[in-house]
Amino acid sequence: MTTAAESGTTTAAEGRTSVGELLLRTRAVGPALALVVAVALFSVSTKTFLNADNLSLVVQQSLVIGTLALGQTLVILTNGIDLANASIGVLATLVMAKMVIEGMPAWVALAVGVLIAVGIGAISGGVVTGLRLPPFIVTLGMFTIVTAAARIYAVGQSYPVTDPLLAWLGTRQYLFGKIEVTFGMALALVMYLVLWYALTRTSWGKHVYAVGNDPEAARLSGIHVRRTVLSVYLVAGLVYGVAAWQALGRVPNADPNAFQLGNLESITAVVLGGTSLFGGRGSVLGTLIGALIVAVLRSGLTQAGIDSLYQDVATGILVIVAVAVDRFSRGRIRDA
Amino acid sequence: MGRRGPVGLSACGLALVAAGTLALAGAGCTSQKVGGDSAGSNDGKIKIGLVTKTDSNPYFVALRESAKAEADKQGAELVALAGKFDGDNDGQVTALENLIQQGVKTIMVTPSNSTGVLGAIKQARDRGILVIALDTTTQPESAVDATIATDNVEAGRLQGQYVKAALAGKDPQLIMLDGTPGSTVSEQRHNGFLQGIGLAAGDPRILGSEPANGEQNKAQQATENLLQRNSAVNAVYNLNEPTARGAYAALQAKGLAGQVVVGAIDGGCQGVQDVKDGRTAQTVMQYPKKMAALGVDDAVEFAHSGKKPSGFVNTGATVVSDKPMPGVESKDTAWGLQNCWG
Repeated sequence: MTTAAESGTTTAAEGRTSVGELLLRTRAVGPALALVVAVALFSVSTKTFLNADNLSLVVQQSLVIGTLALGQTLVILTNGIDLANASIGVLATLVMAKMVIEGMPAWVALAVGVLIAVGIGAISGGVVTGLRLPPFIVTLGMFTIVTAAARIYAVGQSYPVTDPLLAWLGTRQYLFGKIEVTFGMALALVMYLVLWYALTRTSWGKHVYAVGNDPEAARLSGIHVRRTVLSVYLVAGLVYGVAAWQALGRVPNADPNAFQLGNLESITAVVLGGTSLFGGRGSVLGTLIGALIVAVLRSGLTQAGIDSLYQDVATGILVIVAVAVDRFSRGRIRDA
Repeated sequence: MGRRGPVGLSACGLALVAAGTLALAGAGCTSQKVGGDSAGSNDGKIKIGLVTKTDSNPYFVALRESAKAEADKQGAELVALAGKFDGDNDGQVTALENLIQQGVKTIMVTPSNSTGVLGAIKQARDRGILVIALDTTTQPESAVDATIATDNVEAGRLQGQYVKAALAGKDPQLIMLDGTPGSTVSEQRHNGFLQGIGLAAGDPRILGSEPANGEQNKAQQATENLLQRNSAVNAVYNLNEPTARGAYAALQAKGLAGQVVVGAIDGGCQGVQDVKDGRTAQTVMQYPKKMAALGVDDAVEFAHSGKKPSGFVNTGATVVSDKPMPGVESKDTAWGLQNCWG
């Protein structure tokens, strides 16, 4: 019952903390070290990895999956899983791009797209909490439904972005005349910081961890479990809506066939970031690092002249290692 | 303080194991490289990037392997990347960006979506990289320096002409098995086929068309369902050979296999064998090996002399069948098996 508190992972921080302590407490230290090692390795073994342009690119490449993974982290923290996240994002991109082509103002299209994502999140969360069905099954069903809905809506076509607002997050700016940044990076950073704050510094955040750890204990301590879980799916839906906007910024074309593996890739980022698939333990900062690890691997291995299939092998090995470590660490805590 | 122990330990453990894995991956990098030099654009070897739609379709595997072989022959280095599935624009854009960073001189790309990767292609060309579209055209075609591909409208038309001739005056009752919805190649072949057989889109003699994404499983399922609706079929249009195999399986299960003209496009060895064994009436061979080799040759030429190729290079399409039809030029399967691509 108290394992979570003992492991020091679920408690919101008491007072001031150094960055090091923060990383320890959020289980992000392992992933952070892995990221540093990967960056160092590729910086040494290739001449083209370590430069401002490429590092900026790596961040841009991780934005869409990184944002999907942010919502995924919330759901996984409640001991759930969201297989529908990328399909929700794809539907939202189609709604945004197609509505603009059909003459709607871009901000209306954007808002409708995000609202649809929130609405689908509400349905997933409503079914999970209302009918007490396993999230895996519910979101598997939603994944199928939403993917089909996106294709029906798209009528077998892709829709190019025709309004600068929809592509705005991908607009490149130069910081200090040298470092390439996009508005999408800034928005992702803000979202990560806001959710990190909400999870670690508010009672809502404590409830999310508590529910994921042991719903019965959470209920006995007076937490409204179903309301908490529902709120998580709503927030996650909002995040997926923003991920759709990020996606249009990166590839200004809404394609019903895009991101077919986005759900699994977001889970990869979450797991590499040290969040436990068993719920209740983990952090959004870890997920941010996890998403970056995937992009660093892809970029670095390409610079080193490795073909894409071997890159997938490397990513797959890392995932299994990360989960194994989580499992062993869990076992050790239980034994202790 | 003590309570932090287990977390610290496990976290360090993760870091160690992760570092080990990365080190292995890193070791893989250096051992894979032929020259032994660390990566970079200035080590003398010409670097060429190839981005295909997927790594799984045998057609793209043939394209990749041929490009590798030709690059080896010419003393160039080829980095082959791919999207994870047909329609993975994001993956293709990432691959293009990473190749640009790596300092390749030429990028050959088979775009999943004809408009999806234009931004990244423009970035590459702005940096002086030669970009060649292989197999699939971009929209507009001027987005790349040159295109080396099958004329897919022509390939579809040839299938349509053959099927029409094979029906020998009978009114067509047609099922159409298309590719991924929205794919350019799929649309071009579909429209070409209708021209060749002489039907307008929406004609009631088209009993149904379904997207099968070029996969045998989906094609079989789609055909089964369409046959359930209406079994008075006498012709099937197929995007490619796996699709044709799926269609044949469904027809055979219904006992209709002998009475239906099944067409195909691709020219893989298994596809030609299917023609020889009578499962499909014909296939239209295309030439991915030629595409890849021509692309690599252009890349090497560009690196030496700075000369960029331009325009559309048609690598051709040939009907392969053991039952020649009047008015449709064709080769037999013996020739087909000698010239198939894999």
